[in-house]
Amino acid sequence: MDGTQNIVGAAHDKIQHDSAVKHVTGKALYIDDMPNLPGTLEIVLVTSPHAHANIKSIDSGVALAQKGVAAVLTAADIAGHNDIAPIFEGEPAIAEGVAEYVGHPVAIVAADTYDQAFQAAKLVQVDYEELEPVLEIKDAMAKQQFTYTPPSITKGDPDKALKKAKHRLQGELACGGQDHFYLEANVALAVPGEDQDMTVYSSTQHPTEVQHGVAHVLGVPSNAITVEIRRMGGGFGGKESQPTIFAAMAAMVASKTGQPAKLRLRRDDDMIITGKRHDYEFDYDVGFDDDGRIDGLDIAMMMRSGNVADLSSGVMARSLCHGDNCYYLENVRFRGYPCKTNTVSNTAFRGFGGPQGMIVIETILEHIGHHLGKSLDDVRKVNYYGTNDRNVTPYGQTISDNIIEEMTDRLMAEIDFEGRKKEIEKFNAENSTLKKGIAAMPVKFGISFNMPALNQAGALVHVYTDGSVHLNHGGTEMGQGLFTKVAQVVATVFQIDIDNIKISSTRTDKVPNTSATAASAGSDLNGMAAYDAADKIKTRMIGIAAKNFDVAENEIEFRQNRVYAGNESLSFAELAHMTWENRESLSATGYYQTPDLTWDPITCTGSPFYYYSYGVSISEVVIDTLTGESRTLKTDILQDCGKSLNPRVDYGQIEGAFVQGMGWLTSEELVWNDKGQLLTHGPSTYKIPGSRDVPPELNIHILEDAPNRVPTIFRSKAIGEPPLMLAISVWLALRDAVSRCGDGSKLPKLNAPATPEAILNAVTEIRA
Amino acid sequence: MALQFTLNGEMRQVSSVAPTMTVLDYLREYAELTGTKEGCAEGDCGACTIVLAENVDGKPSYQAVNACLLVVPQLDGKHVITVEGLSDTDELLDPVQDAMVKTDGTQCGFCTPGFIMALYALRQSDEEASDGVIHDALAGNLCRCTGYRPIVEAAREACASAPDNTVLEALSASSEYFEGDQSFYAPTSIAEMADVFAANPEANLLGGGTDLGILVSKEREALATVIHTAHVAELLEIEETDKDITFGAAVTYTEALPFIERLYPSFATMITRIGSRQIRNVGTIGGNVGNASPIGDTPPCLIALDATLALYSKAGERELPIEEFFLDYRKTDLKQGEFIKAIRIPKLSENQEFRTYKISKRYDQDISAVIGAYRIELDGEKVAGARIAYGGMAATPKRGVACEAALIGNSWDLATAMTMLSVVQEDYQPISDHRATKEYRLQVAGNLFQRLYQDLAGVEEALEVVAV
Repeated sequence: MDGTQNIVGAAHDKIQHDSAVKHVTGKALYIDDMPNLPGTLEIVLVTSPHAHANIKSIDSGVALAQKGVAAVLTAADIAGHNDIAPIFEGEPAIAEGVAEYVGHPVAIVAADTYDQAFQAAKLVQVDYEELEPVLEIKDAMAKQQFTYTPPSITKGDPDKALKKAKHRLQGELACGGQDHFYLEANVALAVPGEDQDMTVYSSTQHPTEVQHGVAHVLGVPSNAITVEIRRMGGGFGGKESQPTIFAAMAAMVASKTGQPAKLRLRRDDDMIITGKRHDYEFDYDVGFDDDGRIDGLDIAMMMRSGNVADLSSGVMARSLCHGDNCYYLENVRFRGYPCKTNTVSNTAFRGFGGPQGMIVIETILEHIGHHLGKSLDDVRKVNYYGTNDRNVTPYGQTISDNIIEEMTDRLMAEIDFEGRKKEIEKFNAENSTLKKGIAAMPVKFGISFNMPALNQAGALVHVYTDGSVHLNHGGTEMGQGLFTKVAQVVATVFQIDIDNIKISSTRTDKVPNTSATAASAGSDLNGMAAYDAADKIKTRMIGIAAKNFDVAENEIEFRQNRVYAGNESLSFAELAHMTWENRESLSATGYYQTPDLTWDPITCTGSPFYYYSYGVSISEVVIDTLTGESRTLKTDILQDCGKSLNPRVDYGQIEGAFVQGMGWLTSEELVWNDKGQLLTHGPSTYKIPGSRDVPPELNIHILEDAPNRVPTIFRSKAIGEPPLMLAISVWLALRDAVSRCGDGSKLPKLNAPATPEAILNAVTEIRA
Repeated sequence: MALQFTLNGEMRQVSSVAPTMTVLDYLREYAELTGTKEGCAEGDCGACTIVLAENVDGKPSYQAVNACLLVVPQLDGKHVITVEGLSDTDELLDPVQDAMVKTDGTQCGFCTPGFIMALYALRQSDEEASDGVIHDALAGNLCRCTGYRPIVEAAREACASAPDNTVLEALSASSEYFEGDQSFYAPTSIAEMADVFAANPEANLLGGGTDLGILVSKEREALATVIHTAHVAELLEIEETDKDITFGAAVTYTEALPFIERLYPSFATMITRIGSRQIRNVGTIGGNVGNASPIGDTPPCLIALDATLALYSKAGERELPIEEFFLDYRKTDLKQGEFIKAIRIPKLSENQEFRTYKISKRYDQDISAVIGAYRIELDGEKVAGARIAYGGMAATPKRGVACEAALIGNSWDLATAMTMLSVVQEDYQPISDHRATKEYRLQVAGNLFQRLYQDLAGVEEALEVVAV
């Protein structure tokens, strides 16, 4: 079954985001925009000023005595368990006994107004005993201090292959973290009900986890907690596990006082208190032949996990599974080290470890090319996965849908890559200060959560007797257009215009036990679940129509908002009413589980991905050799979306992810001081890309005629994360530009992010 | 006295809110208009952008501003437009809103109202919306979802149609506003201002609020006494003679820009990189000088241009070369009750050239790691005169006397420029911080002489990445 052009908003139609008009008129409601309930308390957090300290005592007496202050709560006030760990155990919502990073919440102050809480929070007396912090990845490595048992993947015999290899190189690389900088900071509003019930409005990508976390902390069963979210002002992974902390705190206050309680983080607090993309350091050892083909490879991937594991094991698993990117590795070992540091626990961020895995293998291929006097692209050529052989990944999955080499060849031919290189050489010869560079970046990204259990989804669809449809599913909307896509699926099933479908808030009491809207899998999972629910209702409606019009069920056709039964036809609404009259249910739940997934987290082997998404980009940049300033001049992208559910939405995901990735690799620099304090905690100091930073020429093409080879929802492919890694072409092009400043004898020493200072240092070094 | 302004066309009289309540809090909590969002509360993300309109010289003027940094009394006498005021129905959207829907300029939608208002102000102006102008107009708005391309396209589309010509009613403003134990004065003459300041020497002076606003917005400080300079007639004057130009201290960047553009184009280019339009529409040059930040962008330029400050108090007026104004980190020569009246900048003589270069992590709306300002006087191949100053290199904006001495009398060539790398170290001992290390600052400060040489030599190649 497929969409048709006969209705408005079918699958594959280019329709606008369902909330676009609400966005531009300011009518779209975010949690902080909901009308305040009488008696709503505002919360401000007291956080640790120390990276590592024993909490000897907390005196809230003075704070409590202030006007308007309703409660000051600490870990001691937790009725249930002070544990909100998403994967492991023992990750407290509030610091208990020991504070493990600057910004670690220590106490919660609730008052009638925000300003009252803000002033009172300064009066909470916390007596700390400072302890020695571990702030750097290297220090944690030296102490072998990890947040969970370090995992690794081994295939073949890398040690032997390295020894035997004709050429062998070692090197290192570091890439920085990244703040999500969703425009809406974390917010939670808890409203107490009768008995122990609590409704929590949470800006979360994972309502079920918030529900579990709140129940855990309050010491009540999950059925007492309902979590709701209509939309977030951006998520990017930053609202996957982090919102639980704030929802739990708001719920504690609501539970204690019996009043609604809101915790909206201000920007600086959000940046200081919540986790970010993991920064990594890498050591590699690679052996290869005269062509540059890798014989043996060993990479140590050292991540800054932060004070607790949070989602680090998932992130690291994805790094381990993407250290191959598009290349076949016969003998390989990827060693993961989740370093425990006294810095905020890092968390999910679009790409989820994939970008870090890819950036290191690309650097290694560049290193090999430099050693052999070949281009990065030539080295890629000999290392690409094959289609029928050389197609088993380090973790043991056979790749059956590989199209990356032909996509890359095609894009390079289309933009005349070799000609562009010559133009760049000419420019560089004619310009003394500014130098250009160019690079391509192929991306293969595995789709599915690495943990098979998470690959399931539910939906709830009601058809009312007037033919209007209510749609609910476990996915959350953070701007990515998921709600629009899933509504398109339901419109297609019923063959009715999408206006007839009411998109509703995600609620744990409508669809339970959901997974996070993450891993790019939102529409794959929830689209299928909604399809299932709608299809069940449609089957029942067909049964009623067949009986009433006395035609065979296979002769009932839903088309253009009507239903045709032999010579008869009636509107969708009329059939809905008829179905009710005939006492058949017009409501159904839908369910989906992604098939054929296996994963052993101990050996890091299996087939964790249902399919792969492919994309390639080519970027041209210019650098200033006097100041290190840089600019991306032109980028071309070819991205595989399968048979896109909505090309307009997918286009937006591609360019948005690309620019976000550019930010990670160029201007976005997280700086901590030697006390573990984050110095870049607002947009005045942390620079995400602005409109002028986008390449003035940005050509994006969605690969046409490329339906997914596996039966995903209408043969579409996931799109949320893969294009972020296309931005690595910008970083590689910057390295290329730096290389062109030297005599060719040295590799550029340029880590990520390539800030002006980093670029200038690399230029100085390569010319020395 | 009550404050009066219109909000989306409706007259409002306000007499019971704290004078330091931010406009953002007022809109969201009192007026129950939640379309305007808080993204950062420091004027850097633009999610709270609204438009203030008033008649200027008989013509309606629409200016985008950050609601998070303004306090409510700053609305007095203005027409306030928020995203809710642009369209009566969803079917009849403003061209800006319509374009943003059509180009998919929204994803999560949280930044959108701010972008809409920034674009609305642009559309209502008579500027030609080239891509450069569009980026200028959007520099104060951050979007994390779309990658901006569709928003830029929406700007092109929306600005292709003519602006609405609404006639704006002239509103009066009050000269003082009291609530609880807080006082807000908005004097209209310099004598009145000097009196109020003499009587309240601890008062905070408020120009546009782009710096002071942070105190109320983020630190939630209830300032006891505020004196607003924006209505003081003498501080708003711009006077040009054959020899110099004088800007009143309360002249905004936006108002000063056309004059600076004509007289010192390089300075003007740099000013368009100070904050954003939202900031420059209310921020003042006097404020930038008065807050004496070591990383303020205009002081190095003003020092290199040999500007003079007119300082005023009840005791009278005095003049001071601007470089003598900055005593130490955030410490100035202002006496109690004294304030900056005006900044006088000499015009360039025929053989003088002025250039300034700002280096930051991001081109737009970023704080300088290093800013260099150079007034060079050439006599044939030789440097006859040089005034040089840097920001971001010391505890104050500071003149580079060793740099000047090294240049004056020397031949002006690339070799000379290259020797400056070591000379800057005699003038400056910068610190390392989150913007840059001291090594980088020194290296760039030195290297910029090479850019300066090439720039003045008029070489054909592009000298900055933004020009490629």
